[in-house]
Amino acid sequence: MKLPSRLAALLAAAAVITACAPQTSSNSSSDKDEKTGTLRVWLFQEVGNKPKEKVVDSVVTAFEKDHEGTKVDIEYIPIETRAQRVKAAFNDPKSAPDVMEYGNTDTAGYVKDGGLLDVTKEFGAWSETKDTDPTARQSVTVDGKIYGAPFYVGVRALYYRTDVFEELGLEVPKTMDELAATARKIRAAEPELYGLVVGGAYTYGAMPFVWANGGEIAEGKGGSYASAIDSAAAQKGIKAYTSLFSDDNCPAAKCAGMGGNDTVTAFAAGKAGMAIGGDFSHTAVEAGKVKGKYAVVPLPGVRAGSVAPAFAGGNNIGVLKSTSHRTLAVELMEQLTSKKTQASMFEAMGFLPTFSDVRQQVAAKEPYVEPFAQTLSAGTKFVPASPAWAQIDSSLVLPTMFQEVISGKKDVAAASADAAKKMNDAFASMG
Amino acid sequence: MSPRTKPSWTPWLYLAPALVVLGGLLAYPIYQLGLISFFQYTQAQVSGGEPTSFQGLGNYAELFGDDQFWQVLGATVVFAAACVVSTLAVGCALAVLLTRVRAVPRLALMLAALGAWATPAITGSTVWLFLFDPDFGPVNRVLGLGDHSWTYGRFSAFFLVLLEVVWCSFPFVMVTVYAGIRAVPAEVLEAAELDGASQWRVWRSVLAPMLRPILVVVTIQSVIWDFKVFTQIYVMTNGGGIAGQNLVLNVYAYQKAFASSQYSLGSAIGVVMLLILLAVTLGYLRLLRRQGEEL
Repeated sequence: MKLPSRLAALLAAAAVITACAPQTSSNSSSDKDEKTGTLRVWLFQEVGNKPKEKVVDSVVTAFEKDHEGTKVDIEYIPIETRAQRVKAAFNDPKSAPDVMEYGNTDTAGYVKDGGLLDVTKEFGAWSETKDTDPTARQSVTVDGKIYGAPFYVGVRALYYRTDVFEELGLEVPKTMDELAATARKIRAAEPELYGLVVGGAYTYGAMPFVWANGGEIAEGKGGSYASAIDSAAAQKGIKAYTSLFSDDNCPAAKCAGMGGNDTVTAFAAGKAGMAIGGDFSHTAVEAGKVKGKYAVVPLPGVRAGSVAPAFAGGNNIGVLKSTSHRTLAVELMEQLTSKKTQASMFEAMGFLPTFSDVRQQVAAKEPYVEPFAQTLSAGTKFVPASPAWAQIDSSLVLPTMFQEVISGKKDVAAASADAAKKMNDAFASMG
Repeated sequence: MSPRTKPSWTPWLYLAPALVVLGGLLAYPIYQLGLISFFQYTQAQVSGGEPTSFQGLGNYAELFGDDQFWQVLGATVVFAAACVVSTLAVGCALAVLLTRVRAVPRLALMLAALGAWATPAITGSTVWLFLFDPDFGPVNRVLGLGDHSWTYGRFSAFFLVLLEVVWCSFPFVMVTVYAGIRAVPAEVLEAAELDGASQWRVWRSVLAPMLRPILVVVTIQSVIWDFKVFTQIYVMTNGGGIAGQNLVLNVYAYQKAFASSQYSLGSAIGVVMLLILLAVTLGYLRLLRRQGEEL
C-alpha cells in the first residue's frame, strides 16, 4: 500500500520536473521605434562623479533641444553592483534602460546574454569613427558585428619614485630584465619598500609580462578560441612575473593575495619603489604621500626600447536590444561618445579618449597623459572576444594560476596547463 | 485505510498556518533549487538570450567529475568537524566555569559572550582580520611575529577562520548548556561530590548524560551552522584564499552560481549540501534512538 503511493509521488514529481522549466525572460528585440518619449540611460557612478554629471548634462540638454518631445532620464549606477543591475535589466526588459555604459571586457558576454543591440550599420555610417583606434573598435566587436561605441580607454604603465631612484643612483629600466634587477636593488637598499609592488590577483598587471614574451591568453577568431596560456612563450612570461614574488622584491606571503588596487594603494602610500598603475590611478596617486615624487614611463618590453603590450581596458556605451526608441537611442549613444564629449570628459574626469586624434590633442595639454598615450600607440592587447571570457574572468582562472605558481603549489608548466584546460572547457561550453 | 481509525482533520487544521508558511518559504525554494539543478541555466538562459535545455543529471555529473569539488567537500567536512568540536569544547567548559564562579565574574563572562554573539559575522570577521593583520595588527606585535601573514598558508588561514567561528558561536552553546546545568538537581551533584568524584568525572558521568538532549540539539545546530559557514571564509580569505585554497562548499557554490552566473551548477551544489546535512542529522538521530534514548 505504502510503496506504490510513494512511487506514484516520485513519478508525479519527475513528470512535474520535466514538464516545466525554470523561469526565463523573453528578451526579444523590440520592433518599436518611437520618435518621442523618455529615454532611460544608465551610466557608472565614479568616485567624484560631479564633473562627469556636468558633461553628461550638457550633452543631454543639447539632445533634448534637438528632439522635441524627448526626455532623457540619466541614472548613475554604483560600479560594485553593476553586474546584478545589468543582469536584472536583461531579465526584465520593462525596467531596462535604453542606453547603458558597460565595461569593455563584458561586451561578448552581454551579446551572448542577448542584451545588446547590433549597431554595425550606424557605427559605419558615423563619420567620426574613422579615427576610432583599432583596439577600441575591437572592444565593441563580436563576430564582426559592432555592439556599442567606445567611451574611453584605460591603460597601465610603470610608476616609479623619482626621489628613490635619485638617492640610489638608479636608471629608469629599459628592459624587463632591468626592471626586475632595479626592483631588487631598491628592496636591498630600502628593506621597508617593495621594489616593484606586484599582486597575485592583479591579472592586468601580470598579462603585459606574458604578452611581452610573445605569449597570448588565447588564440582564434570569432566563435572558436583555444587557450594559449600554456605555450612556451606564455610560460616564460608567467615565470618572469611570478619570480618577482620573492623576499628580495615583494614577499609572496604579502603580495600573493594583492589585487591591482592594493598595489596602487601601496605605491601611493610610499611603500614601493615602483608599481604598475593605470592612467585612472593618477588621481589616487596624486592624493597619496608620493605626490610630486614620482614619474611614469611605459612598461619596458623584453628588448631595450620596446614597450610591453598593455591591456586596453575601458568602457563602452551601448544600446539595449529591448529599447522601443531605436533611432533616438543610437543617436544619443553617438552624442555621448562623440569626439566633443570625449574631449570634455577627459578634462572633467581624466578618461582617455578612444579617438586617436583627440587623444593626441589632450596629451599635448596634459603631460601626465604622455606615457599612457605612448603605451597605447605602441600597440595594446585585448581579452578574447568570447562570451566565455566573463566566466573565465569571474571564476578567477588566471589569478588562481599565478597564485599557484607564487605559493609554490604547482610549477609554471602544471599551473598553466590547468588554466588552459579550464579556459578551453569554458570556450567549449560557451561557444 | 481501515474504517476503524477515522482520520481526524483537527490536527491538520491547527498545523495549517505553520504548514502554509513552511510550504511557501521552504518547500517552494527547495523545489525551485532542485528544478534549476536539472537544467542548463546560466545568465544567457535567464535573460532569454538562449533557450533552456533539460540536462537530466548533467550538472551533477559535471560536479562529481570535478576534482576541485571533492577537494572542497573534503576541506568543508574537516573544517566543519574541527569547528564543531572546538565550539562544543569551549562552550561546555565555559558553561561549567559559569556555575563555579562568583556573581561579578559570571556577569562579566556572560556579557562578553553575549557581545560576541550579538556581533554581526561581517563585523566580527573584519575585526579578527585586522587583529591578525601583518602590518597593523596587534597580535603580531604582541607575539613578536614581525610581518607574518596569517592568511597566506592554507592551514594558518583556516585556523584563523576557525578562531572567529568558535568566537562567534560558542556563546549559544555556553548559554544553552549553562541553563541545562542549572536545571540539574543539586542533590545529584552533591552526591557525586560526596563520593569524591573529580570535576572531569562529574561532567563525564553525571552532567553529560543528564544534559544529553541539550547536547544533541547544540551539536546538530553547530554541525549545520559550521557546515554552511560562508561569511567568515568569504571575508577573511577574500573569497576563498590564495588560489582557492580556503574554499568551503557554500562559498564554492556562491562562486559558481553568482560570480560566474552558472546558476544550475550552483543549485546542484546546494542540493548536494542539503542532502548531506539531512543525512547527517537523520543518521545522528537514528543512532541515538537505537541506543534507546528518546529526545
